[in-house]
Amino acid sequence: MNKKTIFLQVLVFILFIFLWKFVIFIFKFPEFILPSPESVFIEWYLLLKSGSLLNHTLTTLYEILAGFGIGILLGLIPGYFVAKSKQVEQTLSPYLVALQTAPKIALAPLIVIWFGFGLLSKIVIVALIVFFPILVNTIVGIKSVDKNLLDLMKISKATKLQIFRLIELPSSLPVLFAAFKTGITLAVIGAVVGEFVGANSGLGYLTIYAAGLMDTPQVFVAILQLTVLGIILYLIIDFLENIIIPWYKNKGEKDVVRS
Amino acid sequence: MLLEAKNIGITYTSKEKEVKALDKVSFEVESRDFFSIIGPSGCGKTTILKVISGLIKSTKGEIVKPEDFEVGYVFQEPTLLEWRNVIDNIILPLEIKGIAKKESYKKARKLLKLINLEGFKNVYPKDLSGGMKQRVAIARALICEPEVLLMDEPFGALDEPTRLKLNTELNRIWRETKKTIIFVTHNVQEAVFLSNKIAVLTKRPGKVKKILKIDLPEERKLKLLDSEKFIKLVTRIRKSFEGY
Repeated sequence: MNKKTIFLQVLVFILFIFLWKFVIFIFKFPEFILPSPESVFIEWYLLLKSGSLLNHTLTTLYEILAGFGIGILLGLIPGYFVAKSKQVEQTLSPYLVALQTAPKIALAPLIVIWFGFGLLSKIVIVALIVFFPILVNTIVGIKSVDKNLLDLMKISKATKLQIFRLIELPSSLPVLFAAFKTGITLAVIGAVVGEFVGANSGLGYLTIYAAGLMDTPQVFVAILQLTVLGIILYLIIDFLENIIIPWYKNKGEKDVVRS
Repeated sequence: MLLEAKNIGITYTSKEKEVKALDKVSFEVESRDFFSIIGPSGCGKTTILKVISGLIKSTKGEIVKPEDFEVGYVFQEPTLLEWRNVIDNIILPLEIKGIAKKESYKKARKLLKLINLEGFKNVYPKDLSGGMKQRVAIARALICEPEVLLMDEPFGALDEPTRLKLNTELNRIWRETKKTIIFVTHNVQEAVFLSNKIAVLTKRPGKVKKILKIDLPEERKLKLLDSEKFIKLVTRIRKSFEGY
C-alpha cells in the first residue's frame, strides 16, 4: 500500500467520525439512541480496564475456535469421501441440498435446549454453521483436481495415500482456504447468536445484556469488539494462507519469463 | 522390436448404442523409433497412448511389450504441480517410488541440462512460459528412464515459433537420450519433421490407413522445412488424408 492510499483511508475514518457527530448535532439524539464517539471510546476504555471486556472476549473466542475446529474436521472428512465416490454423492445430494437451505441459525434455540446455557451449546452452533461451507468446498476442491495429474499418478503406480498427499490435498488448499475465510466469519455469527439465545458470558451476551439496560454505549463497545475479533481471526487465516500456499497467492502477478 | 500393437479395438457402450473408437489398430515400434501417430481429431489417437500406458484396457487385441515396461507421459497441457518448483516437479515420479531426494536431484540436474533450463530449478511454474513448462514436463517424463516416451500433442497449445523451437529441441533430446518416442499430433509438418515412422489413422473408428518410413537424416534442422524433399513428403501425407 502506498502513502496516498493510507492517507485517504485515514481521511475516510475522520470523515466518518465527523458525520457521526454531525448527525447527533442535527437530530439531537439522546445518548441511549446514538451515543457520541467519545462516550463509546470512554466506555470501551472503562470496560477494558475492569477486565470484564477481556473475559467476555475470551469466552466468545473460545467458542469460535473450538466450534471452528470441530466444524472443519466434520466437513473435511465426509467431504473427501463424497467427492471420491459417485454413489455416496448421489445418495447424499438431496440431503446436502436440504442441509444447505436450512437456516442453521434457526436451530440455535433448539441446541441451547439440548446442550444447555454453557459453552457447549455455542460450540455446537458454531460447528454446525461452519461445517457446511467446508464440506461443499472440500467436495469442489477434491473434484477439481486435474484429471491428467491423476492419470500421471496412476502411470507412476502411486498409492491412494500418495495421490492424496501429493496431489489432492495441495490442489484443494486454495479452495479450502476460501472456505476457511467464509467459515471464520460465520463462526463469529454463530457464537453471537448462541449467546443471544441463552448465556451468561461472551460478547453476544454483553450486547443483549447492555441493550436490556438501554446502555447503548456498551452495546456499541460489544459490537466493535466483535468486529475487531472477526477481523483479527480473518487476518490470521489470510496470513496462514500466504505462508502455506504462496504459489497460489501471487499467481499471475509476476511477469512470465519467455523461453 | 520393442512394442507391438495387435488388432487393438476399443468399443464404448453407452445406453443406446455401441461406439467404436478404434478398430483393428496394428503397428510395430522398434527401439529408438520416433513413431508418430497422425489423424483427424477424434480418431482415437490419444486412446492409443492410453492403451499403451495401461490407463485404458482395450476391448479387443493386445499390446505386446516387455515385462517391467515403463512409460513416460507428456500431455498437451504441462500438468505441473503449481505448488512445486521446477526441480521438485521433475523428481515427482522418483518420489512416488520412494527414491532418496539426493539421488533424485542428481538425476534431475542432468535433465535440467538436457532441456536447457539449468538456471530455473527453483522457479515455480506460474513464472514459466508455456514452452518452458512443456520442457519441464518432458524432463519429468524422462526421469524414470522409461522404455518409451508417450507424447500426446505436447506442443499443440503453443504458438508457432515456440513450437518449431521445441521441435528441434525434441529432435536433439531424442538423439541424445536414444529414447523410443511415440508421438501423437494432427500436424503433418510436425510429424514429418520429427519422425522416422508415421502411422496415418482414418477418422472414427480409427484404423491404421498406412505406415510410412521417413527417410531423412536423424538430425533435423529448421531449414529442412523448406527443402523440396520435405515439402513433397508433407504433401503426400496430406493427400492421403484427403482420401476419405
